[in-house]
Amino acid sequence: MTAAGGPVIPNFGSGSSCVTGDHLFCWDWVKQHWGDTLGPALAQHVELTAIAVSVGFVLAFSLALLAHRRRRAEQPISIVAALVYTFPSIALFQLLVPFTGLTYTTVEIALVSYTLVILFPNIVAGLEAAPPEVIEAARGMGLTPRQTLFRVEVPLALPAIVGGLRIAVVSTIAIATIAATILPKGLGFPIFYAIALPTPFKTEIYSAGILAIALALVCDRALVLLGRAVTPWTRVGG
Amino acid sequence: MSTAAEIVFDRVTKRYAGRDGAALHELSLTIPAGTFCVLVGPSGGGKTTALKLVNRLISLDEGDIRIDGRSIRELEPVELRRGIGYVIQNVGLFPHMTVGDNIATVPRLLGWSKTRIQERTAELLDLVGLEQGDAKRYPSQLSGGQRQRVGLARALAVDPPLLLMDEPFGALDPITRARLQDELRRLHHTVAKTVIFVTHDIDEAITMGDRIAILREGGLLAQYDTPDAILAHPADEFVTEFIGEDRALRRLALRRLSELELDPVPNPDRPRVEASGASTVRNAVSLMVESGESRLLVLGDDGTPIGVLSLAHAAELLR
Repeated sequence: MTAAGGPVIPNFGSGSSCVTGDHLFCWDWVKQHWGDTLGPALAQHVELTAIAVSVGFVLAFSLALLAHRRRRAEQPISIVAALVYTFPSIALFQLLVPFTGLTYTTVEIALVSYTLVILFPNIVAGLEAAPPEVIEAARGMGLTPRQTLFRVEVPLALPAIVGGLRIAVVSTIAIATIAATILPKGLGFPIFYAIALPTPFKTEIYSAGILAIALALVCDRALVLLGRAVTPWTRVGG
Repeated sequence: MSTAAEIVFDRVTKRYAGRDGAALHELSLTIPAGTFCVLVGPSGGGKTTALKLVNRLISLDEGDIRIDGRSIRELEPVELRRGIGYVIQNVGLFPHMTVGDNIATVPRLLGWSKTRIQERTAELLDLVGLEQGDAKRYPSQLSGGQRQRVGLARALAVDPPLLLMDEPFGALDPITRARLQDELRRLHHTVAKTVIFVTHDIDEAITMGDRIAILREGGLLAQYDTPDAILAHPADEFVTEFIGEDRALRRLALRRLSELELDPVPNPDRPRVEASGASTVRNAVSLMVESGESRLLVLGDDGTPIGVLSLAHAAELLR
């Protein structure tokens, strides 16, 4: 955070009357600190989320393929996943600290776990959604199990996969703010920082919070559009 | 056009684990190349089992099935299936692919060139009575009848010598069903393939089959013959009951008036009822019974009288 400003409430910067008076929301503070506070925090937040969702997706997809092929593997994985999900996120972060320390790794392990438990059941359900007659026709025409999987079952699972990704991305963006309890990164950091001040600084809390919400909305919309682009058959009239 | 294949079931027995009795018991059946063979019978007769054994969707345990003298065990299942057309009741079109891509499935697996696939797709759309523009549509945009036409085109894509059809028209409304039956019969004349067609509907079996195999509970073959021979000489009580008491009329439904040797048209004393040569003897008999006449005037395609059918003559056909 910026070191400029008075000794008592450093983050208030040089301060307009709005800032020094701690009004509800001060645009001038946002403009002034975009470059040193909000911008970098947003970029870090995107990075935290992107890594968590990509790693989580690769793991969830692999596990889902395994569970799909060996039906017996599905239940144990689902139970573990459900257990992880019941952990409050703040507790999970703290639980990992003794093992992996106050590091990026700790944060990502926790975030990846959440994306995993969201994505895994969605992908499994998607793979199982292919109508039985479609699978029978695929077999009957001489597609190998692998061809059936990648040419038929995975494409038909896309709507469910994109649906899972939307939930995973939005919740990871939310949970990633709590990563600031471990690491001074992401949009959670300015929020926790401003809350911890002797007089909590509203503008910083609100602006970082609004950015997190906006990021979630933009990502969700982008995924909706991506989903439509990859599933043209779902948009034709019946 | 490709040649058709002869199919031989050689003492084929199939038992399912955990189920009493056999699904199919020592089935022996020779289906000559180019024959439209219908497997018919009540549920539990093993007809679908018999069909799925041919393309190894169900594994063969005892006995053998040979296609043109070659055992189905000699090929990998995947390879075997690519050479056999397969049509099922619920069609099973790939919902995420266009009609064109659905039809191109097996040609692509076999590595056909793009131009060859395009030409073949266009040809098949014509053959099954679809528009060229339908190639770009998705299955959800089609009616049930159109979907089954696509299913048929997809099965015929690589011109296989054998077509397996598992109750293909079972889910269609009666009008669409009758039309598709008709077109499939006509199609079978142009693309002389061996067809094995499963149905539980004896009417459909009689309309469609060159030969009918009637299977009964326990997977036993009750009778295997032409529709006319089965109707004329049912092998046992089970078959008699299965084909129904109106089997004489069903036999007459197999004959068209134009195929018969008709009596000459008398000059002053013409029959008062008439029917076209394309209609069946059954319809002619129905007209005569309805009007209380014992003779019927048969008209040619141009509407001129070509002969006379008497009730006695119709009865003679059943001897």
